[in-house]
Amino acid sequence: MSFYLALKEVWRNKGRFLLIAAVVALITTLVLFIAALAEGLASANREYIEKLNGELLVFQEGTQLSTTASRIGRQRIAELRRVPGVAAVGQVGFSTLKLVPPDGSADINVAFIGVEPGLPGEPPVYAGQQLERDRGNNVIVDEGVVARLGTKVGDTIKLKVTQGTKEEFYDLTVVGLTDRRQYFFQPAIFAPLNTWDKIRPDGNGSGANTELISNIAVVRLQDPSAQAEVAKTIEQTVKDVEVADRRTTWEALPGYAAQQSTLTTQQFFTFFIGVLVVGGFFQIQTLQKVAQIGMLKAIGLSNWTVGWSALIQIFTVNAFGVAIGAVGTLALTSNFPVTVPIMLTGTTALASVLALLAIGPLGGIVSVFVLLRIEPLRALGMAQ
Amino acid sequence: MIALEAINVTKIYGTGTNAVTAVNDVSLSVRRGEFVALVGPSGSGKTTMLAMLAGLLKPTHGQIIIAEKDIGRMSESKRTKFRGQYIGFAFQANNLVPFLNAQENVELLLRLNGKLNRQSRESARNLLERLGLGERLKNRPGQLSGGQQQRVAIARALIHEPEVVLADEPTASLDTERAHQVVQTFAELIHEQNRAGIMVTHDLRMCKYTDRVIQMMDGRINRIIADRREILRLAGAADELDGHVVPVNGKPVLAGDPLADVRGI
Ligand SMILES: Nc1ncnc2c1ncn2[C@@H]1O[C@H](COP(=O)(O)OP(=O)(O)OP(=O)(O)O)[C@@H](O)[C@H]1O
Ligand SMILES: [Mg+2]
Repeated sequence: MSFYLALKEVWRNKGRFLLIAAVVALITTLVLFIAALAEGLASANREYIEKLNGELLVFQEGTQLSTTASRIGRQRIAELRRVPGVAAVGQVGFSTLKLVPPDGSADINVAFIGVEPGLPGEPPVYAGQQLERDRGNNVIVDEGVVARLGTKVGDTIKLKVTQGTKEEFYDLTVVGLTDRRQYFFQPAIFAPLNTWDKIRPDGNGSGANTELISNIAVVRLQDPSAQAEVAKTIEQTVKDVEVADRRTTWEALPGYAAQQSTLTTQQFFTFFIGVLVVGGFFQIQTLQKVAQIGMLKAIGLSNWTVGWSALIQIFTVNAFGVAIGAVGTLALTSNFPVTVPIMLTGTTALASVLALLAIGPLGGIVSVFVLLRIEPLRALGMAQ
Repeated sequence: MIALEAINVTKIYGTGTNAVTAVNDVSLSVRRGEFVALVGPSGSGKTTMLAMLAGLLKPTHGQIIIAEKDIGRMSESKRTKFRGQYIGFAFQANNLVPFLNAQENVELLLRLNGKLNRQSRESARNLLERLGLGERLKNRPGQLSGGQQQRVAIARALIHEPEVVLADEPTASLDTERAHQVVQTFAELIHEQNRAGIMVTHDLRMCKYTDRVIQMMDGRINRIIADRREILRLAGAADELDGHVVPVNGKPVLAGDPLADVRGI
């Protein structure tokens, strides 16, 4: 009976219900877009760190997990390698410089990351090969570079570095391609640490005699589940370092937390607007139906039937709107290029859609209570 | 056989100094196959009485017995179910579900009682045809005239074979001719199907289709007219006055009014 009444009413008033479903669809689109933007920005920021093939990151003490402020030298690396439970340690250095597109268009800011071939920090390639030697002008580029330049294995890319006041250009050979590994919103280029040290701004130039210094060390453990203990041991046995896992590291990236909380707030408010709009719509409907509901109760429909009917109706109409909005948004976002920071992953989409499905019942709660309180006596034009 | 009985029923609205005794110690009974008119001036307690007979309002004192059950003692949800099964309703307004067509509106009561099947659908259609709505089965209330809507309401009030059929001013929004048609068919069906019918009305002309006229006044039964000739005389007198029949607000219109005693002047 509840289903019958709820769905018949929707079916016989398609226009009106379609309108509110359309509004829900728009709200869904908005919520999903914000979610996708949050996810896209977050991952553009943290991708490299998130995908690192090591459980722990080691920073210089007191640098508050800042990859730019931290300095880790050879000496520390050697100590780290001796800590029990550590399987491998790789030095990683970060810098930002410019990639000069061959077609003469504007330079692209890239994350230029120095890694030790074969050690944690070096990304796996899906085409070409890994970095081989400690020196040499070979690099691996990530999907972000490929998307912008159409780079292939064997291509030469040109990097521009400003050393002091003068500009220097370096030609490097692409030996491998890796998936998306953006760091700090920039596409990434990976070079052997020595090459990196030579090219990067304010680097050591020849670097022959000085200690090779990186920003951080990435540690892979023998037993990943022993993460906490090994981290503790490292901080106790190696001087002047602090240790963090990947999540802690990316959450400490500049602006990361602030950006995410801003977007979450926006998402919440959009959701809240949805609850109000849907709630308002059904409340107005309900108020217009008071006499009719009184009549239905008088002729023998239970409160239960009337209440369920309303909930079913609200849920159905809302779900329909959410479905339209979600399908539309998914279709739209799946066609965005890598360069746009909009990313709708299965889990974020699912979480948002589930939350949006709750808009109906949440918004409708007031009108259901109003419905339940209508007296059957209304049918006779009376009220107690 | 007695279908409905009210025993010393009293309804007091409010408490203390605000208390209004709308119905005061009224007893009445209606047999199966009997159609009763409930008349009286405005504020005399007709609607209150009807609401109690319908199980929509609990009497302050007294008992209402329908199909041998005391409905005043039932819980709210029991009474709701009871109404759906044992009582048929035709109201003054807002009778029908606007998004259901004529046939679906009638079938609603079958559906409610789990009696919707081919056979009962067929009888719903027959009943509507009998009421002259054979061409209007698929029309929604908005596409029907007031009289047609009221006839659909009558079909709905009868389709589930209730013990008691109640109508609250079913002709209030109809012109004279339609009013006669509607009440006449209503009376016919009540007699044919052997239901106990009660109709509250201001229009004394409609009494000629009923078997008994109960006049209320100040919450009490003032007079009962059961004699056929008396009823026809009353309805005839009302008919002669035609336009001057007791207006809805119930104020007397003419001096030396032959209906004065019925109106309670
Ligand atoms: N909810 C209520 N609260 C207080 N008093 C009420 C309430 N409903 C009705 N009354 C009073 O009870 C009395 C009887 O009212 P009722 O509606 O039963 O009269 P009626 O005969 O149906 O009148 P009408 O012909 O105008 O419809 C009136 O004095 C009315 O003011
Ligand atoms: Mg009344």
